[in-house]
Amino acid sequence: MTVAVFFGCTFIAFGPAVALFVFTIARDPLRVIFLIAGAFFWLVSLLLSSLVWFITVQISNKNSATQQTGLLIFGVVLSVLLQETFRYGYYRLLKKANEGLLALSQEDTMPISIRQLAYVSGLGFGFMSGAFSVVNILSDSLGPGTVGIHGDSQHYFISSAFMTLAIILLHMFWGVVFFESCERQRWWALGAVVLSHLVVSCVTFVNPHYQGSLIPTYIILSVMAAWAYLCAGGSLRNLKLCLTCKDKDFLLANHRPR
Amino acid sequence: MRKMGYLISINCVKLLITALLYTCVCSSSVEQKIYVELNQTVPCVRLLNATHQIGCQSSMSGDTGVLHVLETESDLDWILSSGPHPPYMVILETAFFNRSVMMRMKNSSRVSGVAVIISKTGLAHDFSPHTTCPNQNTGVYSERYGSDLANCNVTVWNPLGNGLSYEDFPFPVFALKDENQTQVIRKCYEDHNQRVNGSAPQYPLCAMQLFSHMHAATDTVTCMRRTDLQNRFGINPEVLCDPLSDFNVWTSSRALNISSKGHAVNESVVIAATRLDGRSFFWEQAPAAEGTVSGIITLLAAVHALYPVTQEAPPPRNIFFTFFQGEAFDYIGSSKMVYDMEKNDFVIDLNNVHSMLEIGQVGLRSGRSLWMHSDPVSRKNDDVNAEVLEMMTRMRSAAAGLNVSVAHPSFTQALPPSSLQRFLRAGLIPGLVLADHQTSFNNRYYESMYDDAENLQVTYPPDLSPDEQLVYETDAAKSLAEVATLVARSLYLQAGGENSSLSNITADPKIVAQLLYSFVIQKNNSWLRSLLPPEVTKKGVNSLLSSGPPQFYIGLGPRVHGPVHSVTRFVQYILANLTGTVTNLTENQCQDPSELSSENKDLFSYFWVSGPVSVNSSSEPLCVRASVRLSEAVSPAFELLEYGSRDYSTWTESRWKSIRARIFLVASRELEMLTLGVGVAVLLLSLLATYFISSKAELLFSSAHDTPTTAY
Repeated sequence: MTVAVFFGCTFIAFGPAVALFVFTIARDPLRVIFLIAGAFFWLVSLLLSSLVWFITVQISNKNSATQQTGLLIFGVVLSVLLQETFRYGYYRLLKKANEGLLALSQEDTMPISIRQLAYVSGLGFGFMSGAFSVVNILSDSLGPGTVGIHGDSQHYFISSAFMTLAIILLHMFWGVVFFESCERQRWWALGAVVLSHLVVSCVTFVNPHYQGSLIPTYIILSVMAAWAYLCAGGSLRNLKLCLTCKDKDFLLANHRPR
Repeated sequence: MRKMGYLISINCVKLLITALLYTCVCSSSVEQKIYVELNQTVPCVRLLNATHQIGCQSSMSGDTGVLHVLETESDLDWILSSGPHPPYMVILETAFFNRSVMMRMKNSSRVSGVAVIISKTGLAHDFSPHTTCPNQNTGVYSERYGSDLANCNVTVWNPLGNGLSYEDFPFPVFALKDENQTQVIRKCYEDHNQRVNGSAPQYPLCAMQLFSHMHAATDTVTCMRRTDLQNRFGINPEVLCDPLSDFNVWTSSRALNISSKGHAVNESVVIAATRLDGRSFFWEQAPAAEGTVSGIITLLAAVHALYPVTQEAPPPRNIFFTFFQGEAFDYIGSSKMVYDMEKNDFVIDLNNVHSMLEIGQVGLRSGRSLWMHSDPVSRKNDDVNAEVLEMMTRMRSAAAGLNVSVAHPSFTQALPPSSLQRFLRAGLIPGLVLADHQTSFNNRYYESMYDDAENLQVTYPPDLSPDEQLVYETDAAKSLAEVATLVARSLYLQAGGENSSLSNITADPKIVAQLLYSFVIQKNNSWLRSLLPPEVTKKGVNSLLSSGPPQFYIGLGPRVHGPVHSVTRFVQYILANLTGTVTNLTENQCQDPSELSSENKDLFSYFWVSGPVSVNSSSEPLCVRASVRLSEAVSPAFELLEYGSRDYSTWTESRWKSIRARIFLVASRELEMLTLGVGVAVLLLSLLATYFISSKAELLFSSAHDTPTTAY
């Protein structure tokens, strides 16, 4: 659509992710490394799922529209399952790495906790997923035209940007919840993460009715945000205290043993 | 097992590579949602001469504008002053493609481009984008020679000319020839850009982007200087413009030895000439039916009629038939031939030339007489005058038994634009120009896209197959055949032939019908295919024989199909067929017969042609020997490196990278700014929120069981 739309959509899609990166990750090189490794794991999962999809498309009947739609749905489901599998694989890898890291480091304490790793890996997944979702759309938004000459909705670019925003944040929350549930062996929570991922991906098939896909996604986003906050050690009480601007001393003073 | 594993991994790698290539080759599907590419583009390009640039130019990244169809005067006001969404991309209906509308748009800053609908509906009674006085500065008439006749003082040859082809437009102008494509554009306009009850249309609006960025600017001198600088100092030199050039085709009734240049001893030659090219406002579009094809067909038919008689009873003088290329652009071909003759670089020179007969536009005589134009200034010389009068007498006597009459204009008048003028610049040569008009042209569509079969009144009865149309003798064909017979007989008499042999000289109407069909209706027909070399007639991208009539624009040097332009090739091979003899040489011998003693490369050319298609639809290629030659048609200005020359043609065509067009929807500026605003807001909000959360992180994420010293 032009440079204005390009920058607008880029800021919408990557704004929170960039903000998170700048304030929480950029200072610590270890976190950066784990972020990039997480992104790479997501990339490998995408590669595998796209390979499978490519092969199935080649051997399918290209002229049948229903078959192609069915294949697309199959591809999406497979991709989601593979992403979650790779998230689990990354978790196992990080567990093993943690022991090695502890042995290597001079200090007694862990340089990075598993909770932080959950957050960082989730964000890594999110970055890469967002990039692949939206970069080609952004590059086409630079030209003078907008979507619509064949009757598609005009709000294609901005909806894609908001969807990407949601997906990046969702990946981060899923990472936190996923790792936490693996730690505590709460398999039902794991299933819930996978299920919500499937729901978010499959609800995009409702497009171009963008309300039908964005609203459920944002509802799930808020639910997952709350859940991840709780898993990360937050509580409603902390939130109230924070918002009423009580400081740390007050908290320590009022700390009740459990 | 290891080998199996190795094989599997190789297959996986191959599959990966195929997957990658597959994604590279496909165009983005988002792009397909946005843009509709228009495949058939007919642009107007930039041409330069010594002092000016003409044509059209777009900006480097294309020109975009909101579509508006110009059908009425109120549309013009909307575009130029009252419309709220400038700049506009104007879709011009045929009736409005005239000088006043185009000049008003040229002077307006609210027009970013024009697409002209080319159709016969709504076509004006006349339309000629050429100037009123063609080639006025490079003809023979000037202050020193016939000053009272110069600059069309006495007769304006093309009074209907509006000079659009010679204007410089700062925006791209494209032609919409394909009806289906025009329909797509109209539909987009009707869906989104129509004014409802006089109020402005709402966003999103349908828009079009035209790319036709030209590299050359200002004039030929500047362009050539820049090209030379690039060639000398640049690492990757880029040529900015190319001179218009091609080849002239010539043959003679008695074969001439090309190895001997300069004055040919004991040769007195009668030149029979016509032009090979045409032009229009748009690039490579020039059907030129009345302007050029009528002359070509007449001369070709005359050659065919004369050939058997000149072999049996050769006249004393040689007859030199020549087809000049590039005459629309200040006489490129004829000026080059005269220049070569003056420099003794041609098989004959000007002293060999006895007289000259040129065939101008002869297609629209409608049963009336033909006119013989002569140059009054050269006729002040008694010898020239006597010879010209003799020529006219011979012509009248040749016309005696025919259905054609010839006459000479009764008042003193200049020669019409013709190659004879270039010969007169070099010396006093008696000559006549044969035309169907006494004063101004009968051609109402001179040098325009509408000078086609319909203008030449070529019509076929319905329900004829293409092969039947090929040989059907239309009235136009019969009329041209009579003119050709007149020309052939006059040439024979002019060459000193006997009156008694005249009755044997008759143009064959069937040949004329085939030529007419090939040159104005369809060039891809069985007859023309049999005359051309086998590789040219093969289907594919490089095939010369696409569908439709040939276009007569001169173009640039070596072309995609081969070293010569398609029309030049057609005329060359048709001449070879009409005047040549079949030999039984093989293909290799035909390419190079220097080793055979019976064949003479200095006197003849050898052509390997497809041959007629026999009953079982296969053709046997054969070798034809004919004295048909090509001579270079490049303006002497480029040989002499005088790019600012006033005497010779200095026309060049600019180069360009890509010429394309596409349509799409555009959104309002407000929506774009809104998107940017929302984006900036989201970014700032998230930066603030993240800063806030990360500074309060210990407070927010502290729970009892989360102590820093615990290891997992």
